[in-house]
Amino acid sequence: MLNKYPLWKNLVILVALVIGFIYALPNLFPDDYAIQITGARSSTEVNAGVLDRAVDVLERQGIEVKSSTLQDRDALIRLTTSEDQLQARPLVQAALGNEYLVALNMAASTPDWLRSLGAGPMKLGLDLRGGVHFLLEVDMETAVSQRLEAMSGQIKRELREERIRYRGGDVQDSREIVLSFRDEESRTEAFNMVRDQYNEFLLDEQTEGDEFLLVLTLSEAEVTAIQDYALEQNLTTIRNRVNELGVAEPLVQQQGADRIIVELPGVQDTAQAKRVLGATANLEFRMEARQDAPSSETEEFGFRDQPQRTARLEQEVIATGNNVANAQQAFDENGQPQVNITMDSVGGDLMNRATRNAIGRRMAVLFIEYRTETETRMVDGEPQEVENRVVEKGIISLATVQSALGSSFRITGLDSIPEAAELALLLRAGALAAPMYFVQERTIGPSLGQKNIDAGMMSVALGFGLVLIYMLVYYRGFGVVANIALTLNLMLLVACMSILSATLTLPGIAGIVLTVGMAVDANVLIFERIKEELKSGAPPQTAINSGYSRAFVSIFDANITTLLVAVILFAMGSGPVKGFAVTLCIGILTSMFSGLMVSRSIVNLVYGGRRVEKLSIGGKLANV
Amino acid sequence: MSEDQKQPFDFMGLRKIASVISISLIIVSIALLATRGLNLGMDFTGGTSVEFEYAEAPQLDEIRSRLDAAGYEQFSVQNFGADTTVLVRMAEADNDQLAPEVTRTLKEGGAELELVSSEFVGSQVGEELKEDSGLGLLIALAVVLIYVGMRFQFKFGIASVVPLAHDVLIVLGVFALFQWTFDLTVLAALLAVIGYSLNDTIVVADRIRENFRKMRVGEPWDIINESIHQTIARTINTSGTTLVVLFALYFLGGEAINNFALALIIGVIVGTYSSIYVSANLLMVMGVSRDDLIVPPKEGAENADEEEQPPEWLNRM
Repeated sequence: MLNKYPLWKNLVILVALVIGFIYALPNLFPDDYAIQITGARSSTEVNAGVLDRAVDVLERQGIEVKSSTLQDRDALIRLTTSEDQLQARPLVQAALGNEYLVALNMAASTPDWLRSLGAGPMKLGLDLRGGVHFLLEVDMETAVSQRLEAMSGQIKRELREERIRYRGGDVQDSREIVLSFRDEESRTEAFNMVRDQYNEFLLDEQTEGDEFLLVLTLSEAEVTAIQDYALEQNLTTIRNRVNELGVAEPLVQQQGADRIIVELPGVQDTAQAKRVLGATANLEFRMEARQDAPSSETEEFGFRDQPQRTARLEQEVIATGNNVANAQQAFDENGQPQVNITMDSVGGDLMNRATRNAIGRRMAVLFIEYRTETETRMVDGEPQEVENRVVEKGIISLATVQSALGSSFRITGLDSIPEAAELALLLRAGALAAPMYFVQERTIGPSLGQKNIDAGMMSVALGFGLVLIYMLVYYRGFGVVANIALTLNLMLLVACMSILSATLTLPGIAGIVLTVGMAVDANVLIFERIKEELKSGAPPQTAINSGYSRAFVSIFDANITTLLVAVILFAMGSGPVKGFAVTLCIGILTSMFSGLMVSRSIVNLVYGGRRVEKLSIGGKLANV
Repeated sequence: MSEDQKQPFDFMGLRKIASVISISLIIVSIALLATRGLNLGMDFTGGTSVEFEYAEAPQLDEIRSRLDAAGYEQFSVQNFGADTTVLVRMAEADNDQLAPEVTRTLKEGGAELELVSSEFVGSQVGEELKEDSGLGLLIALAVVLIYVGMRFQFKFGIASVVPLAHDVLIVLGVFALFQWTFDLTVLAALLAVIGYSLNDTIVVADRIRENFRKMRVGEPWDIINESIHQTIARTINTSGTTLVVLFALYFLGGEAINNFALALIIGVIVGTYSSIYVSANLLMVMGVSRDDLIVPPKEGAENADEEEQPPEWLNRM
């Protein structure tokens, strides 16, 4: 029994450890407190001049600026303390004005050579860095019934055009449309028409007295499609809105079939965040009013970017953002930015009809926003919150109609590429497809975050230290091996979490602590086995070998079952439970590697390939 | 080598007493859960909680009367961690504006305070979470039963799942008894307890299986007893290191994970005990025998394990 690992095995372990070391390393460099400057609109560019102005303001106030960098679309100013950071934000915001958004941020200070390897520190969860967490629920019922309403309107219009006489046609139980006819003939005609043009309905013919009914029920597949669309659309919209908030590293994520998680690190003002996120907005296409149009048929609107500039538009709405199927930013033949728009079939018809006779006139795209503003009023001598629904309308584009528009057309006359891109984006995702409610909300102050980090780190350190001492006292030489393996395990765990860019949360830290406690289990099992073998008279080298190979089955079974539980935790759990499950899963895998392979490799290096009289493994036998 | 000859401690001799203890603990736990119930945290019930940091330690009664005067109902005010930190919980689960309102109300009293954290959980979310969590626990138990049933044998499957249920029930019972808050983190702890206790049980079961195959003589009683004896040092050491870390977590980890650590501490202690007494005991009761663990043909030779062999699971796959 030689107990030597082949060279390749040692090399594999060494390589794994080196990789682990490199990727764990960035976590040793603390994040810098920073403020981030971005343009409030995508057309606003953050340039060196802006950055200089910001740095200048800070230096005049005696705030030390560590460094300032200009990135792709934004600028980052690194500061030394969190007090400086909190002070700096309003100062810079005031100096730069509303054209720019200034957000608090934590900037990783990973050295360049590490960053070039793709290494970066673990992300900190909200509970560790402070911020707001929202859970929003999409109102699916409304999404479906809104769509049905729209379809019912279309069907009725088409029936009228086909001169089929009907009654009813309203949405019932937010699931079906019931049309009633005077005779069977017109019902059959209507049946054929609906069947040919609307495959999303299940049709049912019923007769009640002298009424011939046609019941249109949305198919399951269509309901699912509508709901999927609503969620998708709302996700996109929320993402864009979050970007408007100017938050660094926000998280917008789908949860389940109808919920959306939004996490905004660093944000403390939940009211503003909720207002922006919950706003329901839409678009309208309208023609510019003719000079001679009576004022009763026109309305005047300001431009969204320049409120002082206004235009007079017709009151009639051609189509709304709900009819836009797709919008892309592109270039025209002169290299000028434009937005290519594709309407759905109904929108296309509406557009065509409206623009056929309006070539040369200008068409406006109107952005409409519904918001709820709370106002405190005195009612009966007591202050009371009154919610006002505010509608804001602003023109985002006013362009000349070059030819009759169909379902595809373009909007030109835009100032810049970013403006075109933003318009495309707003058209694609301007409106929430369905209303949303806040069902969960959590705010964590920054001081609490720091306290959680400190407490977590402290308990990891203490727990880790105590385990090291315990193992050392109990297993002597082998205890040292276990301790090295445990330390490397912690390093690998951190490295894996950094590579997967998993988010470290407070329960995650608890998971690490627990992994530390349980990781020694593999080594304890092995060492106890070795002791047993020694007791039954096996020579040291044989004892080491059979200790490792026999303990393997137990370790494998025990870890796999725990891993199963951890995976279930991850799949079923939400929020904090997930964070815990992730660290537990990774911890089990790394602890198996370090407990079996790494510790064996060290033991082999120490004892392998030579005659050994006794092993330093603690207990009475060690001193025989 | 006198140690080797020494009769192993008669673990199984205590099995009657252990059975009585376990069964009565379970009955008491169930009774507590039925009568007192769990003090479910906001994660499950829905509601609003707001945590404030006062500049100076405030009078809790004063805060209560202020909230009372402002017309709030069903709220609780308590210190959280330090005497300057105050936690206000409210049952109301429909109003997502409550946290800022409460902050304003308390600030009107002229006290200097800072909103540390606030949480709002809609009642429906809480309700769903309750269902999902229960389901999660059941699935975890079922998966364990299937896995162990396949890897070992069906009796072992039962003997690993029952201790898990035993541990979970007792931890829940303790939480019901002291009315500690049962929130999401405690649920995570409970699932971790399942993982941990399972780990322990498997190690013992693994040794019992091995000994049944290796020791051609001896009654199940002796074999189980011997197996426990052989693994006891490991059981105690692993529990020891885990507990050491958990105590560190409990004392230093901060208020937010106190109950998490507490649930794990109880769970690890009960789990260690159950892997010896509940699991092994069940194997005895179900009459596990050598026939249940017929050695696969490949290892048919007497004492085949004298030689180093590839891990068994390779042969079985």
